[in-house]
Amino acid sequence: MSFLQGLWFFVIALLFALFLVLDGLDFGVGMSTRFVAENGRERSLFMRAIGPHWDGNEVWLITAGGAMFAAFPLWYASLFSGYYILLFLVLVALILRGVSFEFAAHALTDRERSVWQWANFVGSLFAPFFLGMMLTSLIQGVPMDKQGNVWASFFDVFNWLSVVGGIATVFFCFVHGLHFLSLKLDHDLSRKMLNVTQKIYWIAYPALVVFVILALIFTDFYAARPVSSWLITVVILATTISGHAAAFAHRGGWAFVSSAVTLAGIIAFIFNGLFPRVMIATNPANDLLIKDASASPYTMGIMTVVLCVLLPVVVAYFVWSYALQRKRLPAIDAAESKPNANLEYAG
Amino acid sequence: MIVGLSILGLSRFQFAMTTIYHFFFIPVSIGLALAVAIMETIYAVNKNPLYLKMAKFWGKIFLLSFAVGVVTGIIQEFQFGMNWSNYSRFMGDIFGAPLAIEALLAFFLESTFIGVWMFTWDRFKPGVHALFIWLTWLGSTLSAIWILAANSFMQHPTGFEIDKATGHVRLRSFMDVVANPQLWRAFPHVIFAAVMTGGMIILGMSAFAMLHKRTQQHDGDKAFFTKSIRFGAVVALVGAVFVTYAGDLQTQFIIKDQPMKFAATEAIYEDTKDPAPWAVVSLINENDKTAKSIEIPYMLSLLSYHKASGSVKGMDTVDKELHEQYDAKFGKDMNYYVPVNALFWSFRFMALSAAISGLASILALWFTRKGKGDGTGTLMNYRWLLWIMGACTFVPFIGTTGGWLITELGRYPWIVYGLLTIADGVSPTATVPGLLFTNIVYFLLFLLLGAVMIFYSRRVLYQGPDGEGELPVRQSKAAKAAKAKSTDSAAAGAAASAAIAGKSGAERSVALS
Ligand code: HDD
Ligand code: HEM
Ligand code: HEM
Repeated sequence: MSFLQGLWFFVIALLFALFLVLDGLDFGVGMSTRFVAENGRERSLFMRAIGPHWDGNEVWLITAGGAMFAAFPLWYASLFSGYYILLFLVLVALILRGVSFEFAAHALTDRERSVWQWANFVGSLFAPFFLGMMLTSLIQGVPMDKQGNVWASFFDVFNWLSVVGGIATVFFCFVHGLHFLSLKLDHDLSRKMLNVTQKIYWIAYPALVVFVILALIFTDFYAARPVSSWLITVVILATTISGHAAAFAHRGGWAFVSSAVTLAGIIAFIFNGLFPRVMIATNPANDLLIKDASASPYTMGIMTVVLCVLLPVVVAYFVWSYALQRKRLPAIDAAESKPNANLEYAG
Repeated sequence: MIVGLSILGLSRFQFAMTTIYHFFFIPVSIGLALAVAIMETIYAVNKNPLYLKMAKFWGKIFLLSFAVGVVTGIIQEFQFGMNWSNYSRFMGDIFGAPLAIEALLAFFLESTFIGVWMFTWDRFKPGVHALFIWLTWLGSTLSAIWILAANSFMQHPTGFEIDKATGHVRLRSFMDVVANPQLWRAFPHVIFAAVMTGGMIILGMSAFAMLHKRTQQHDGDKAFFTKSIRFGAVVALVGAVFVTYAGDLQTQFIIKDQPMKFAATEAIYEDTKDPAPWAVVSLINENDKTAKSIEIPYMLSLLSYHKASGSVKGMDTVDKELHEQYDAKFGKDMNYYVPVNALFWSFRFMALSAAISGLASILALWFTRKGKGDGTGTLMNYRWLLWIMGACTFVPFIGTTGGWLITELGRYPWIVYGLLTIADGVSPTATVPGLLFTNIVYFLLFLLLGAVMIFYSRRVLYQGPDGEGELPVRQSKAAKAAKAKSTDSAAAGAAASAAIAGKSGAERSVALS
């Protein structure tokens, strides 16, 4: 494996992690519109909180996909064609979620708006679920031939580990979204978010134990790379505890950082276990390896230059756009007296 | 052309459906972003509030289109891997880079600054705020360059070599891929098509608004839509002229580079006489390989070579040449004839769409001359003309769809010209039931999104620039009921919706947020 191949494996892991951390909060907020919000106004307020950011956050996924295509075309081809139906379901969820913001802004009646709020909720719930399923089905190995074609049957995709993985992803996105809302909303609502996470965090511990047991049974991660795998597991547990503690202490920022690290930890766990493979075949002879799946050194060189030039610029204005919107959103009644916020939401 | 219930047929159908649908919204987004950016810039310079109103109003239509454009774009990004995995393996070394650069360079710019633009109207000076929409527009334009770079490689491969070990293409010169002559002809053509589309949307929708009673009774609205229709007409006219010019450049290139495609758009089976006549309409029989046409003498020579002489190669000749050139690699059984009827008519509809748009723009400008009628021109007196102009809203979509059909169908039987056939690019693991299912779901989803998008666009239009107009029949009851209540502004909870419905646009958007 060359340096560039290793670097790009890392870059793709990083892009997926950024996607899960950033769009994960959008998913979590979307879930909160049903699980936590008490009325239509709160739902609108929640959606407003991520209104300026969700599309930018989603672009991390698009970039991760594009980067995978550019740096590891064989991986991109095997993964995307092999998980056809799951990815299709992810797409449908992302489509429903994506249009809901704009369409809800044009709704005139409660009923009409609630249709799009439901679309947002359903999309936000199922996108991370199916993505989580894909990632955890991936690490168990799939029937793959020498050409890299994946002939996955139903149970290669839907099984204990993948379903638990999907649920875990959904759960941590949900918690993460609540933490984000606690930073975006005013006093009472902000406290309410952390009160909710205080309670639901208890589910995380048994879930983590179940996940680790299943991973011990169905993957070779702890056997093949014991030190790093256990280390990451411990980090995930630690940040879960830390997030939980922060919720009790009503420290939104601390909680948010903790859940962000947890989500990044999930990606780290998967990519660490995959290394030096990119796809695990049930027959190890057919494993797709980093060294075989990549584009030519010339293409990767160009991509490296492009990345080094563009990424800092992107990160700079990306962060700026968050800083610009850092003010907590007032509860709706207060905002109503502000006459000229025209287009603030409806666009 | 086999578009039956096979993996290949269904994958092709899916690709065509999803990209054509995606491309309904792209030119609207690019064109309207430009128009709105210009409006806001004019406002920043001359502080005429009418232009601010215009920027906000047409900005709403832009955002609706953008929303659907974004969600359909993700499908595109994924489906190369999902449905065309062998193609992705073959092309990855070349194709992935533009796609990744597009995301890094263009999509981040677009998505970030559109978010900033939407939510900061009252936080920045007009000049600064206008910058955000300009950056959004720049993002979409950059996105067009990079995706067209990938597409242009498939039409006219440059800067590559074939990897001996794998048989895949390998990048040899990135500069050559970016400097592809096909790209620098397609890009201006696509961008001006988008400019024309943006202009026609404004023109056509303004015409619909002028048919509305409120506009006719309300002087402010009348001035607003008159200004808008003139603005749209100028934009559309510029687009129509330059898209034609750029199209001519493409034609010159295609004649030499993909002669089969060109001959098919003109339904020429045998070499033409010299000078070559141009077929206005043609009765084509693709099985017998014959065409009966109504012709204008000299015209095709003029179009092809810009002079009154020169014959054009027919498909039968090109077919022989292609067999000579490629039989060693692809075998004797290849069918190099492209779908002639589809290309012939697509081309005519595409060119016609430029002509109609240009004409509609000129009429709009003429009938809204200052000093005629009540100072805003006489256009509103001609209802039949307004109806025609309203219908013109949809004309550019015929042009853009026709254009892509020519480009993509005319590449048949290759997915990458001269290198890989369509049949060899498809995912071997795809299944007919799976594809059938996804095709049906996409189709229904597209139907829904399209209907909602049109429904909300109409609603924006009928609410008018101040957002307080009477809504079309079905809403009017709710709105009336709400008006009665809206005096009681404390109405919350269950009554909130009704109250919201009755408020002006400005207040409503706050209540929503
Ligand atoms: C000539 C222009 C053009 C063409 C041929 C295509 N697109 Fe597109 N695409 C755009 C121009 C564009 C755009 C104008 O930049 C869009 C439309 C609305 C928007 O938000 O950006 C967009 C959106 C868009 C998005 C969503 C971006 C976001 O979330 O902000 C993706 C992932 C793609 N496209 C990908 C593709 C792929 C893989 C294509 C190849 C089949 C494709 N597009 C054809
Ligand atoms: C948005 C504008 C586009 C439209 C409307 C469009 C439309 C089409 C159509 C109509 C086909 C032919 C389907 C058939 O043969 O039955 C096709 C094929 C194809 N196009 Fe495009 N296309 C667009 C852009 C692109 C771009 C930018 C790329 C790549 C960068 C691309 C890649 C392909 C591929 C891979 C096929 C092969 C599949 C097939 O032949 O069906 N297209 N497209
Ligand atoms: C009379 C004027 C026009 C001429 C001579 C013309 C010419 C062409 C030609 C030759 C192609 C095929 C290029 C290829 O296969 O690579 C093409 C493609 C295309 N045309 Fe046109 N065109 C005209 C007007 C229009 C108009 C009015 C629109 C849209 C509103 C339009 C939109 C497109 C699009 C989207 C494509 C596909 C992308 C591309 O390859 O550039 N064209 N045009």
